[in-house]
Amino acid sequence: MRVELDNLSKSWDDVIGADRITLDITDGELVAFLGPSGCGKTTTLLMVAGIYKPTGGTISFDGHVVNEVAPKDRGIGMVFQSYALYPHMSVFGNISYPLRLQKLGKGEIKERVQAVADMMGIGDLLDRKIAQLSGGQQQRVALGRALVKQPDLLLFDEPLSNLDARLRLTMRGEIKRLQEDLGITSIYVTHDQVEAMTMADRIAVMSKGVLQAYDVPEALYDRPKTLFVAAFVGNPPMNFFDVDIVRDNGDFRAKSEAIDLVLPQDRGEKAAAADGKVIMGVRPEDINVVGDATPPAEGLTLNGEAVVVEPLGREDLVGISINGVDMRVLVDKTKEVAVGDTISLVFNTSRAQFFDPETELSLLWA
Amino acid sequence: MTTVETAPPRPAAGPLPKGRQKTGRYFAYGFLILSIVPIVVGYAWLVIATVSTRTRGLLPINAEGGIGGLTLSNWDFVFDGAIWSAMLNSLLIAVAMVIGVGIASTSGGYALSRMKFPGRRGFLTMTLVLHAFKAEMLLIAIFFVLRFLGDIPIIGGFIGFNSVGGVALVMVALELPLGIWLMKGFFDNLSWDMERAALIDGASRFRVWWQIMLPQVRPGIAALSLFTFIVGWNAYLVPFTFTIGTKVANMPVFLNQLISDTAPVNWNLVAAVGLFQMIPLIIFFIFTQELLLNIYAGGTKGT
Repeated sequence: MRVELDNLSKSWDDVIGADRITLDITDGELVAFLGPSGCGKTTTLLMVAGIYKPTGGTISFDGHVVNEVAPKDRGIGMVFQSYALYPHMSVFGNISYPLRLQKLGKGEIKERVQAVADMMGIGDLLDRKIAQLSGGQQQRVALGRALVKQPDLLLFDEPLSNLDARLRLTMRGEIKRLQEDLGITSIYVTHDQVEAMTMADRIAVMSKGVLQAYDVPEALYDRPKTLFVAAFVGNPPMNFFDVDIVRDNGDFRAKSEAIDLVLPQDRGEKAAAADGKVIMGVRPEDINVVGDATPPAEGLTLNGEAVVVEPLGREDLVGISINGVDMRVLVDKTKEVAVGDTISLVFNTSRAQFFDPETELSLLWA
Repeated sequence: MTTVETAPPRPAAGPLPKGRQKTGRYFAYGFLILSIVPIVVGYAWLVIATVSTRTRGLLPINAEGGIGGLTLSNWDFVFDGAIWSAMLNSLLIAVAMVIGVGIASTSGGYALSRMKFPGRRGFLTMTLVLHAFKAEMLLIAIFFVLRFLGDIPIIGGFIGFNSVGGVALVMVALELPLGIWLMKGFFDNLSWDMERAALIDGASRFRVWWQIMLPQVRPGIAALSLFTFIVGWNAYLVPFTFTIGTKVANMPVFLNQLISDTAPVNWNLVAAVGLFQMIPLIIFFIFTQELLLNIYAGGTKGT
């Protein structure tokens, strides 16, 4: 099903939940609404579900405006963070509830519930009480209940937040696979950018009720249009530096008291357009410790002191201070960096981002 | 100069020594037993008095002053029609209250907890304020209302002055603020998600209330039912004020009539009637106690 949101807004008295959200979701696509808590992503989802009434704008399913259509007539299935299972019913009772409300025949209900339960791997738990299930099993029941009515649109409201890390990883893959197999258009609300990056075809980044960006994951990562998107997408987060862009012998340089780096011609030119002060962003993986693989380079190398070392297993996340300016860098385990060490860093400025400090818009992509 | 002292090895942490554990438990039980003795003695007297002609302390006394004189004559009232009529009236009032308060509180509490409508806050404050007015203050006003209701054709005879229905109606009204607030509290604790899920699954708002929400507040309904049943069963002031004669008297009014007669009071008879009045309450409690205990054991389990 094709979903279009056109200037969709929701406000309560003077609190704005969602402010003129406009986006379209093509048939079979999985779109993630990503943002910190309170950014309006769940509000928007509940409007799509029909639980909240929009105070402005329209929601269209396949070209038909559904603003006034009741939730039960929208052909949607929804999975909640709290699972929202009915504790006084068995697993069968929960999954069959939507079908019983449709007054389907007993035989058909049984057949469809069994089929969905088997697909979710809970086919042998149908007689259990909800309280007897583990968190992961409850989540599968919730998913089964959403799928059993064969919805045209699936809505997920942070469905994995209550699961432990390992189970989250498994369920993430399963939901993605299921969604692709069934080809159901889906909206997936999450505050976890890894979840959004790995699962979504496109991501809508939201902040304070406003849609910040709507694009494929790679584009959000490589070409962030706003400072917020750059800061929110990516883990560990991007490093930001206040710098001046100066022209020196035909080279563009990013300069501050601590930093002096040569910029590539194309990016430097765009960054210089703001004349003067800009915010430069460099991702942790684009700062490398000088070694055999990355020899020092003229104008791209700076020396800093390691102040924090956080082992992540495969590599270390090292907090480095260059003349009082802090940044985080991913360092290979074999470098054996210790707190207090002085290290030379090579900056990959060809991937650096530049933002206007006033508008917080990208100078490269906006 | 500082010396480094080595602390003596501490005993391994673990359960208290057996002896101390036992003394502690004896102390706790001793205290509990001591504190319930007066209550138990009171009930014991009640039971003994009902089968005695006279009592001294807990001992039944016969005409000569010696121990003995057990009799069942105090229970003769059981064969009298008046007690059964009073019991039926009490039961009618109590059951009408449980049903009336139950329906109004579960639906009203849900609406106040979950729906947005003008005057919602005002209504909540008003009910709370009005609850502060004791029934005694309203007796005369209610009398006029009941007189008015009694004049309504056909149904007037069932809900007017000097009718069991009228008494039940007044009792329900007086109990509603508590009931509505109690149920609102229970509904407030339920997650919105469950309700939203049911709406998306295809349920109407009424069905959500009936099939999804009500089962979650069963402990609350049980508690409210028990409280209202007790209030209705023991109701005295309202039935006493708004009924005349024994035909519409309930148990407490009947009991009062035994005492206020001009003849010397037979306390053993009063005790027997009192014990008789408690029996339905005990039965009702036995049926609801498991649900009631649920409230304290986590209430909404599994959410």
